[in-house]
Amino acid sequence: MSRIQACFEQLNTSGRKALIPYITAGDPNREVTVPVMHAMVEAGADIIELGVPFSDPMADGPVIQKACERALESGTSLRDVLAMVAEFRRRDDRTPVVLMGYLNPVEAMGYETFADACVSAGVDGVLLVDLPPEECEDIVPRFRQRGVDLIFLVAPTTTDERIRRIGEAASGYLYYVSLKGVTGAATLNVEEVASRVETIRNLAQLPIGVGFGIKDAASARAVSRVADGVVVGSALVNQIAANAQRTEAIAPAVAAVLADMRSAMDE
Amino acid sequence: MTERPDYKAFPDQRGHFGQFGGRFVSETLMAALDELETMYRRLKDDPQFQADFDYDLAHYVGRPSPLYLAERWSEQLGGARVWLKREDLNHTGAHKVNNTIGQALLAKHMGKKRVIAETGAGQHGVASATVAARLGLECHVFMGEEDIRRQRLNVYRMKLLGAEVIPVTSGSRTLKDAMNEAMRDWVTNVDDTFYIIGTVAGPHPYPMLVRDFQSVIGREAREQSLKQAGKLPDALVACVGGGSNAIGLFHPFLEDEGVAMYGVEAAGDGVDTGRHAAPLTAGRPGVLHGNRTYLMEDESGQIIETHSVSAGLDYPGVGPEHSWLKDIGRVNYVAADDQEALAAFRELTRVEGIMPALESAHALAYARKLAPTMSADQNLIVNLSGRGDKDILTVADIDGIEF
Repeated sequence: MSRIQACFEQLNTSGRKALIPYITAGDPNREVTVPVMHAMVEAGADIIELGVPFSDPMADGPVIQKACERALESGTSLRDVLAMVAEFRRRDDRTPVVLMGYLNPVEAMGYETFADACVSAGVDGVLLVDLPPEECEDIVPRFRQRGVDLIFLVAPTTTDERIRRIGEAASGYLYYVSLKGVTGAATLNVEEVASRVETIRNLAQLPIGVGFGIKDAASARAVSRVADGVVVGSALVNQIAANAQRTEAIAPAVAAVLADMRSAMDE
Repeated sequence: MTERPDYKAFPDQRGHFGQFGGRFVSETLMAALDELETMYRRLKDDPQFQADFDYDLAHYVGRPSPLYLAERWSEQLGGARVWLKREDLNHTGAHKVNNTIGQALLAKHMGKKRVIAETGAGQHGVASATVAARLGLECHVFMGEEDIRRQRLNVYRMKLLGAEVIPVTSGSRTLKDAMNEAMRDWVTNVDDTFYIIGTVAGPHPYPMLVRDFQSVIGREAREQSLKQAGKLPDALVACVGGGSNAIGLFHPFLEDEGVAMYGVEAAGDGVDTGRHAAPLTAGRPGVLHGNRTYLMEDESGQIIETHSVSAGLDYPGVGPEHSWLKDIGRVNYVAADDQEALAAFRELTRVEGIMPALESAHALAYARKLAPTMSADQNLIVNLSGRGDKDILTVADIDGIEF
């Protein structure tokens, strides 16, 4: 059983929902990331989404765009991100790590090389924002054979037919994008999310994480009532941006936001 | 390639040109692209849609554009007879309007009230603002801060036309970043917004439909050449940024095996310096802006900044059909640097009284080299994709002249 699957099963048994934080690897420098990952686990994170910085993050709002810029300025490449996961694994063999990013750095490395590197670093899942299932029929098996989950987005605009197709290509969990927009945008509508999650449940047999627009403990709590997981990104990256000049303050600041969300979700 | 491909069969159903093209976008946009593709496939064979398009091209754009024999310049170059396809004479001053007319008609059929566009040199922004004004659509144009500085005349033109020009301050602040920002807007406002992409790049079906709209250039040039020169041309030359004017000229000639084709990329300070915008000449395949194509990228897959004196060619990617035409060897891709383009800009202006856009000047720069290697009974067509009025301030800056 994969770490992601085991994680959701265990949460299910204890009646809790997954808290899934996102940070961009290497933001604002390469030394900060692994300690922040550990701090997030201590604050109640169940799965970590680690962003691979890209020069042209088309699906991201200004907060994560800036994070990518800081990470690239500090010289973070896909190889560095894999090395960070390997380092994280020395102290944590339990928490699933999902790499989230754009396709081109993976194209540049090569799919075989990348899939092998994921296995040896201890990466559990990969979410490539600009890789829809139609374009990766020959790529899916390479990850499946190696036990690396490919996670896909489902959007408010996704048709039922596509949800079924995405459900077949995906493993681990589905990431439901709660609103039409970029990361960090507007506020989500919980009732709308609830009804969409219901639809997705009927069409695909995977846990559903919901992200985009989760800003605080209240929105995390509301979403946790209807989904299997709550993804939070920009709200954490904001903490990193605010403390970019005094990096020792980053881990506690990020952990504090997460701890609030955790206790609101578990109430 | 031993067998000649059926060029008209590309892209395939999924938008691929060989290994290139495709639809690499985030999930939110997939439904909108499906909707656009369905609508386009239905309308492209609809006689009424074609008649509306042709009517607008004739009476609003002023087509057909002339095929002009540049006699004095040909004589000076000493070789082939050089003809200019005068897209600079179109309404708004460039080939860009052929495509915005077509996409605006699509937007109208789809009931979209708001259009967005990205622009580099500003020509596509102006062409989009123009058709939006005519159809009463709200228009937002994304433009890199650096390009706004270089092309302030076009910025003001867009504002006069009623468009809102939104400065893009992320990344390199040029065309690629404007395209990122337009995609972000589209994903947010996908219900009521039509994204008018200005070149043959982007996710399927854009490379196909922009090519189809721009192919009027090559269809006319082919007919005009048969009539005016009495035969098909021996060579075609066009500049390539994203590559819409080039594909528009080339596509109707692809099956004419005797017609050689040259796509001219921007070599900037020189391909060897790394400061250029020539992905087909010096890049490698990757994925950006929704399609797989040749890109300028570093070894870890990050897109690198480009350089060209011409804002319209300052783009790290290229339309996927060009990538395919390069790999199968049908089109030759070459590069001209800033100095060569500027020299050609000045020369055509002085010798023919035609001031070309700096983008088109790259094609002219290569034609200057090619024509003398050809014989006097051969014909060379250069796509004069736009006029140079918008570039006067850039050239004046280079000459050290202030107004």
